[in-house]
Formats: sequence, structure tokens, C-alpha cells
Amino acid sequence: MDAKDILGLPKNTLSMQEKKSKPPKESQRKPDGISREVYALTGGLAPLMPAIDANHLRRKVQTENEKITWQWLPFSNSARKDNLQLYHWVRVVNSVPPTGDYSFAKYNKSVDVIKYTDEEYEKHLTDNTWTKEETDQLFDLCERFDLRFVLIADRFPSSKTVEELKDRYYSVSRAILTARASSPGEVSGHPLLKEPYNVSQETERKRALSLLLSHTKQQERKDVEVIAHAKRITEARKAIKASQEPPVPALSESEPVNADKDDLTADTTAPCINPQFLSANPVSETATAVASLHMLRVYLRTYALDQMVQAVSSSAGLRTIKRVEQTLQDLGVNLKPKVPTKAVCAEHLELRKEILTLLNLQKQLQYKEAEGSSFRDSSYAETPGTPPKQSQRAADLDRTFTPESLQIGGERFVKREQKRKGPGRSSDAPSSPAQSKRPRKYNASDLLNIYM
Amino acid sequence: MPQKNGAEQSDASGSMPKSQRTKIIKSSDDSEKKNLAKKIKDTEICVPIVYGNIAFWLGKKASEYQSHKWTVYVRGSTNEDLGVVVKRAVFQLHSSFNNPTRIIDSPPFELSESGWGEFEVAITLHFQSDVSDKPLHLFHHLKLYPEDESGPLSTKKPVVVESYDEVVISEPSEALFARLQHHPAVIVPRLPAGFTLPSLPIEDLENRNRGGTKDHNPLNQWFSKFSEADELLRLAAAREQVQGHIARLRRQLSLIDGQQQQQQQQLKTASDM
Repeated sequence: MDAKDILGLPKNTLSMQEKKSKPPKESQRKPDGISREVYALTGGLAPLMPAIDANHLRRKVQTENEKITWQWLPFSNSARKDNLQLYHWVRVVNSVPPTGDYSFAKYNKSVDVIKYTDEEYEKHLTDNTWTKEETDQLFDLCERFDLRFVLIADRFPSSKTVEELKDRYYSVSRAILTARASSPGEVSGHPLLKEPYNVSQETERKRALSLLLSHTKQQERKDVEVIAHAKRITEARKAIKASQEPPVPALSESEPVNADKDDLTADTTAPCINPQFLSANPVSETATAVASLHMLRVYLRTYALDQMVQAVSSSAGLRTIKRVEQTLQDLGVNLKPKVPTKAVCAEHLELRKEILTLLNLQKQLQYKEAEGSSFRDSSYAETPGTPPKQSQRAADLDRTFTPESLQIGGERFVKREQKRKGPGRSSDAPSSPAQSKRPRKYNASDLLNIYM
Repeated sequence: MPQKNGAEQSDASGSMPKSQRTKIIKSSDDSEKKNLAKKIKDTEICVPIVYGNIAFWLGKKASEYQSHKWTVYVRGSTNEDLGVVVKRAVFQLHSSFNNPTRIIDSPPFELSESGWGEFEVAITLHFQSDVSDKPLHLFHHLKLYPEDESGPLSTKKPVVVESYDEVVISEPSEALFARLQHHPAVIVPRLPAGFTLPSLPIEDLENRNRGGTKDHNPLNQWFSKFSEADELLRLAAAREQVQGHIARLRRQLSLIDGQQQQQQQQLKTASDM
């Protein structure tokens, strides 16, 4: 109100408008036939079409001719084997009670479990792993439990797996069917014979299924990766086949990847999948390179070596390739062999591969070091010997110390911390620039000596 | 090409690997022609070549535009006749030359010219029809002046720059294999004993090596020797070193793994307490 004063607006105009709008609204609220509240639900507007077709509504009274009463009458149920007499309300029309069986009796279905005689057993059904007694028990349970094998397996006196029970049951049934049939053709249409039960397949299938269900999310992601990679490989193979007509040598390298994908049931833990996955990449590139060289028929060996080197280094980044070349130079080896004979090229390629392995191992070692140092928080059994080489890069890790350890290790590590702060480096060990490989290697081994 | 007797070059290379894996295609009762065309799987024929140039400074006779006399060539690495596989060689010179595309139809595949400048020569090798119908390309940078720029130029001692390479013929047909198997310019793998090649008329032994640079070429005294032995040794030594490093790193890694496991155990017991 004061605001209006300040603004200089007239006070009365709005309230006047409100009053005006109210009366016309009220006059609109005059529904017919339905209560006011219900009418309000529709938003104040009557529906254009009736929601329910009135014809579909059942008329309350069918005809006036019939007289309908409800009576409490006994009934019989054909599904029951005992003669239990039960009562229920029955709608009686014109004093005529309804006929027919109990309406739910038709749902009482059961399985036709085959019954064999002893003779038949002797003739067709003897088995090494199953005694007659066990087979009889099995069939009895089958009938009682309507072939619900999980229950049967539970109730079966001696422990047999569900698959074994199923196998026995189905093979017995099949044997009996074929024995009783006058000709094999007659019974061949029977579903038991058309698709016989395969025990090993079923066991395998269930095992695979359970493993699949128990996959962790991580494994799922890995599987997706592997499948995508396999897809890429098969597409690459197709591309080669399409562009070059003669057959390509068997890419057996891609098989481990495929086997990996299919063999989800194997106990492939995370580190197990990774090396296989990673190595499949340059290996498949190599196969592609070999195939393309074959296609050329006539080529220069230096060209061939180039292709193979590229294939092998396909998974490595530019920096890694430079490091490989640096290493080659350090070792006194020409980057491109001066005398590229078959043997020399082969050796050269192998050397490059080995250098790649070496660099990978170095990286791994650094990562391990980084990981390992973060574990240190318990007391150390160190001998206060010569203080370790204060390496700057290795010290960039979080450590929590228990108070006891500080006396022995504390000073040392305090020193290290100070040193770390000194030069102002805060980069993590693994990501430090690749300036010189050799000193880094020594750092790693020094660290080992400390923590021994 | 003038044919003078020069010093005979001894076989330069060291041990050349000969054994290869060979898979024999089971020859059915096909006609012999079909047999000849069959390719021998997992086999390759190797033709080692050397290509490069030799350049002589003309000294007093040098003019502004013709200071050097040079020869660019492709030869067998042991100076054997390449004509058995190479049909012709095309040398593409700098555009300032007359007819810069020089075709040499017969061995020895070399080309001599005089000039003053260094440039890249594109050499195209066209092969015999049973070898390949696609040519191969080589590139060679013509070198006239020695590396040591300050030294005096000599008319007696030429500048020689050569590159070694090998032409690999993979999965040659049986006919080609039979044709080449006894030729000295070509390295042919040993086939298993049971493999019989169709017999072909033996080439005229005398004429066989005529196009080689062994006896007739005055330049062959300047040819370099290419030995794979030296390179192999160095590579083997390098591999040993690298393998040693790898073993060491692996040991370190397993050591750390063991340690980490121990520490994890310790942590566990510590937290349990």
C-alpha cells in the first residue's frame, strides 16, 4: 500500500476491477445434472463428446421376464479326486440352477509322464549311472511335481544336478517312445525326438548365463571394447579382401581377440584382458602390412621394412617413436639399415619391437613406483643407513605417516619434502617429460633400495 | 659401353640367408602350362641391387657448365647381370638436360653425363614380363662434391655414393623360379627335396652374364662392398643390450609387486587390529 503511495498509483482501480470480474464468474457456475465440484474438475467447460458410450453400459435389468435369485448350493469339482462337497453362491434364473462343471476345473492340466514296465526297463533303459530305483524315484517325482525339475532336484534323495535329471528323464522317455512306436517314422514328429535334450550344451549354457549375469560393470565395459575392436579388425580384413582379390594368409592373430570375445565364460580378470587387447592392435596392423606387401608381389625391401616398422609402431604415440629412434642411435644402430638384407631387416624389426617393450616396461615401473609410495603409511623397519639420493621427481606423492615412523623415517622424508618444494616442481612422476631415459631408470632402482 | 678388362670384384657380401619356409602347392593333373604359372607360396626371390653414382671432377678440362663427369647406375650388388629380371631402366634427369628421360634398354643399366649440379634422379626399373608388370621406383641424390667441402678436388679420385636395396619377388611362379634358380644375380631359396620344377631350356651360359659389371666395367674398382655381417653384428649386440635391460626391469617390477602385496597385507592386519 505504501509502495503504491510512493509510486503514485491510484489505490482503488485494481480492487474495482476485481469486484467486477467476480460476479460474472459466479453466474457462469451453473452446471446441469452434475455436482458443482465435478463440473469444476472439467475446467469449467462441458465436454464436447461423451466419454463413455452409454450403450456399452450394462443395463441394470435384463428383461422383466426372468426372475433372478441367488442360492447357496453345493457343487462338484471334476478336478478334485476326493469327493469333497463344497458350497457357493449360485445365480439361479427362473428356478433353474446352472449346469456344467465347476468353471475352474478346466485349468487343472497335468503332464503325461510316461510309465514304463519293468520289462521295458530291462530291455531299453538300463544305464551305468542310474539304478532302476533311482529312475523310478525320478519318475515318481516328475509326476508329482509336474516336471518342475528344480523341485525334483531338491527332493531327489541322492544329489544329482538338474541337467542330469533332465537328461535321464528325456532319454528314458525317448527310448520308450521309440520302443513302443511301431515304426520310427511315426514318432519322429514328437517334440521329444525332434529336439533331443543335450546335457553338455545345457550345462554350458547355464554356466555362461550365470557368469554373464554376475559380470561387474567393469567387465561389461571391457567386453564392449573388445567387441568393438573385433569389429574393427573384421572390417579391416574385409577391406583388404575387397581391394585385393587373392586370398589373404590366415590372420591367426585376430583369433585370440575373437576367442576373447566369445570366451566370456573364462576367468579373464581385468589385467588378463588388457595385455591381450593391447597387443592385438599392432599385431593386426602387422598382418595387414604383410598382406598388402604380398599383394604387391614385387617390392623393395626398404619399403617393406618401412611398412612393418609403421605397423609395429602403430599403437605408439609420436613421442614414443622418437624415443625408440633415440635409443637406436644411442645403441649405435642406423635408423635405416645400410645393408637391408632379409636377415638385417628382420633383426632391425625385432630390435625395434624390443625397444618398444623396454619403454613400456619403464613406464610400468614408474607407475608402480607412484602407486607403491602411496601405500606407505605403516611403520618402517628401516636401518638408518646412508640417506637416499634425493630424487626430485619421485617425491611428488602423498604420504601419511603414523607418529612412530617419524622418528626414523620422518626426518628423511621431511628432508625429501623440503627438497621437493625447493625447485618448485609439482608434476607427477609418470608424466614428467622424457628428457633422458637413463637417469630415470636409476631413480627407480634407487627408490627400490630405499624401501627394501 | 666400352668393354675393357677391369679388376674382378670378389663377392662382397657375407653369408646370405638362403633357407626359407616353402609350402608346396599340391600339383594335380593339370597341364604343364598351368603348372608353370603356379605360384610357390611362402617363397620369395631376392635380387640385391646397388644404385648410385660416381662423379669425376674434370679438373683443367672443367667448364662452367660441365665441371664433372658422372655416371648414375643400377647394378647387381655382386656385379652380376641384372638383365635377367630387369627389362629396362629409366633415368629421369633434371629438366635442364636434353631429353631428361633416358631409357636404358639393356644391361649394364648405367648412364653417363657431364654437368655441374646435384639433383635428384628418379630411377624406374621395369621388370621382365614374368617378374612383374608394375615398375619400381628408386630415388638417388646425385652427388658431385665430396663431403669434406674444404678439401681439394681431385681428378683421380671420384665421389662415390651408393645405396643398397633388395628387390623382393614374393610368391614367384614356378616358371620364373626355374628360370632364375641358377643365376648368380639372384638369391633363390632352397626348395624341399620333393619339389620338382618343370624343366626349361638351359640358357646360354656364355651370354648369361654379359650385362654384368664384373669384368667389363672400368668403374667397378670404385664400387663399394656391402657387407651385412657388420650390421648384423651391431644389431645383435644392440638386441642383447636391450634384452638385458628388459630382464632387469622385469625383475624390478616383480620385486615391487611382491613388496606392494606385503604392504597391503600389513595394512590389512593393521586395520584389523
